[in-house]
Amino acid sequence: MTDATPMFEARDLTRHFDVSRPLLQRMVAREGRRILRAVDGVSFAIPRGTTLSLVGESGCGKSTVARLSVGLYGPTAGSVIFDGRDLAQARAMADQRRRMQMIFQDPYASLNPRWRVADIIAEPIRAFGLVQTRGEQELRVAELLTQVGLSPLDGQKFPHEFSGGQRQRISIARALSSNPEFLVCDEPTSALDVSVQAQILNLMKELQQRLGLTYLFISHNLAVVRQVSDRIGVMYLGRLAELSPAESLFRRPRHPYTRALMEAIPDLDMTGRERIPVGGEVPSPISPPSGCAFHPRCPLANDRCKMERPDLKPAGDAMVACHAVEEGRDDAMPLPAIARDAA
Amino acid sequence: MSNAPPLLQVKNLRVEFPTRRGTLVALDDVSFDIAPGEVLGVVGESGAGKSMTGAAIIGLLEPPGRIARGEILLNGRRIDNLRYEEMRRIRGKEIGAIFQDPLTTLNPLYTVGRQLVETMTTHLPIGPAEARKRAIGWLEMVGIPAAAQRIDSYPHEFSGGMRQRVVIALALCAEPRLIVADEPTTALDVSIQAQVIALLKTLAREKGTAMMLVTHDMGVIAETADRVAVMYAGRIAEIGPVREVVKHANHPYSEGLMASIPPLDRRVERLAQIDGAMPRLSAIPRGCAYNPRCPQVFDKCRALRPDLINAGTTQAACWLYDTETARD
Ligand SMILES: Nc1ncnc2c1ncn2[C@@H]1O[C@H](COP(=O)(O)OP(=O)(O)OP(=O)(O)O)[C@@H](O)[C@H]1O
Ligand SMILES: Nc1ncnc2c1ncn2[C@@H]1O[C@H](COP(=O)(O)OP(=O)(O)OP(=O)(O)O)[C@@H](O)[C@H]1O
Ligand code: SF4
Ligand code: SF4
Ligand SMILES: [Mg+2]
Ligand SMILES: [Mg+2]
Repeated sequence: MTDATPMFEARDLTRHFDVSRPLLQRMVAREGRRILRAVDGVSFAIPRGTTLSLVGESGCGKSTVARLSVGLYGPTAGSVIFDGRDLAQARAMADQRRRMQMIFQDPYASLNPRWRVADIIAEPIRAFGLVQTRGEQELRVAELLTQVGLSPLDGQKFPHEFSGGQRQRISIARALSSNPEFLVCDEPTSALDVSVQAQILNLMKELQQRLGLTYLFISHNLAVVRQVSDRIGVMYLGRLAELSPAESLFRRPRHPYTRALMEAIPDLDMTGRERIPVGGEVPSPISPPSGCAFHPRCPLANDRCKMERPDLKPAGDAMVACHAVEEGRDDAMPLPAIARDAA
Repeated sequence: MSNAPPLLQVKNLRVEFPTRRGTLVALDDVSFDIAPGEVLGVVGESGAGKSMTGAAIIGLLEPPGRIARGEILLNGRRIDNLRYEEMRRIRGKEIGAIFQDPLTTLNPLYTVGRQLVETMTTHLPIGPAEARKRAIGWLEMVGIPAAAQRIDSYPHEFSGGMRQRVVIALALCAEPRLIVADEPTTALDVSIQAQVIALLKTLAREKGTAMMLVTHDMGVIAETADRVAVMYAGRIAEIGPVREVVKHANHPYSEGLMASIPPLDRRVERLAQIDGAMPRLSAIPRGCAYNPRCPQVFDKCRALRPDLINAGTTQAACWLYDTETARD
């Protein structure tokens, strides 16, 4: 890598939501404000041309990080650095905005129902003045539609004429249309069948190799994540529990939550491997547990865990936020079956 | 399975979309049964007609789509020709629907709790206080943390996966006998998914609830379904017991589909994929719809359309299994 500036950096990124009830109701019930800490002090960097994936339970803050990353939400604290510039600064410049795009989790909400597909895809091309003539634009749209496995003729239809998976392909074509260098993909393939998913993931890899794209990738499908990631961040309740090179995470998951998550993966081979949901209650992000937020569900928790919040610290080639790992007593929890099989 | 009559029967279902450019056939001659307590998994290419099949069963085909041929029977009674009001009652009470798109099910203007309470008071003989208590219980069962505190939230205040869990609770809370679930767990992480699957399986086992489960997640299929139907271009390509279809598919499309599943135990340079795309509804090729992409295509495939035939362990719509056809 010649340019050492990472494409993307999150520094102590934090986003809170005020989910209080209306003032009057609060006064009647004598309750205070309720602040939901969706993202709470998350830091990571993504080197140019690589993929970092975020995994973690539903509601742990992945989509919120995604939205913060492209400026759809402003941070409550901390900052986002895009190619060496503060994001707010970068967003003010059209030529910088063009370089980042997002594919949303929900292909229904993100396409304008009144526009034809060709216009939806062409919108960024027009907005950034990327082509000179109408003819060039049509060619580019046709090329994008073909790239994502649709037909150029589909451009004349409206979003409601497509199935869920076909709509997701449209949003991918749209995101690619401005030739972005940084793509935030929030569950880009979870609405797709496995054969189209394979096509899209192969396409994303190919584009990365050819054009050096950088991806922030979000998915709860760990098999998919394993195929695309260089590094993986495991989130729990708004914070990073573990940040690790992808292969190390699968061979030697360190954080107790990561291990539990891997035990919960469905068993496709029908070997009868028992699927163990992460035990205990999913805690509320409004009143997270003290100390390490995972402690009520963690088999390795002790008194220190209840009092003191662990920070990310180096452990092997990973970064792990866990006292037990730091103290070297994590061997008490067995590696998940997937990692055992690999060893 | 006992010889209890099927709870749901779909017979030769054909759904058409009249358009200015001609009539599109979205579903063509689709037939299957689901017994009480049975889970039928439905998989297949995106756009193949899985959601459309579910929509036809619950009587919510989007116009101008319409059932042009065939019958749908619930407990032996035809439900494809009922009036809107009658079907609406059945939909809440006897058939629970979990849609692929949570935004169509949830009303953005009402709190989650209000929507659950109204569904229950409409279909069950209980009052609002009892319904609210049960609503909190259902939210807990689908894994919403601090359910009692968050029951008065609006849908937009929930994450994608949490909204999906609310939709699941809404479909289950009136205790229907058939659940049509379209991608119910796609937006969920593996742990909550395990919890929801366990809940659905318990309902099937203990209450005899039948389910049509549409999903792309083969792991979920492998764990939950008794039988699986594979759809391609508006038809069933293969149907059979889950283990056979997932592990030893007979139809070349099912084989290709299963081969595309990303492996969990290693990283591969490039995933196996089926090249090309499913034909558009307006350009379905003559003969077998899969023939332009099929590695085993032969002459007959380009001329005649195969129906489901016995392929040993499963039924497959493929000429390879036709004993009359001497393969050249
Ligand atoms: N606009 C908002 N107002 C209030 N709370 C919000 C808002 N957006 C997100 N949240 C809350 O923030 C938390 C994190 O949500 P987020 O959408 O980032 O989760 P996620 O990890 O993407 O989950 P999923 O896997 O279900 O998509 C959740 O508790 C959610 O309810
Ligand atoms: N309103 C409509 N007008 C015309 N065609 C439609 C309409 N709605 C759906 N279709 C077409 O009907 C076909 C079946 O769609 P359906 O939503 O059932 O697919 P699906 O199998 O559920 O796919 P996915 O897995 O992507 O959700 C698709 O080819 C779609 O383009
Ligand atoms: S810090 Fe303590 S409670 Fe948290 S994961 Fe580590 S051992 Fe478990
Ligand atoms: S009928 Fe012919 S083209 Fe169709 S799946 Fe079978 S072998 Fe392939
Ligand atoms: Mg999300
Ligand atoms: Mg669908």
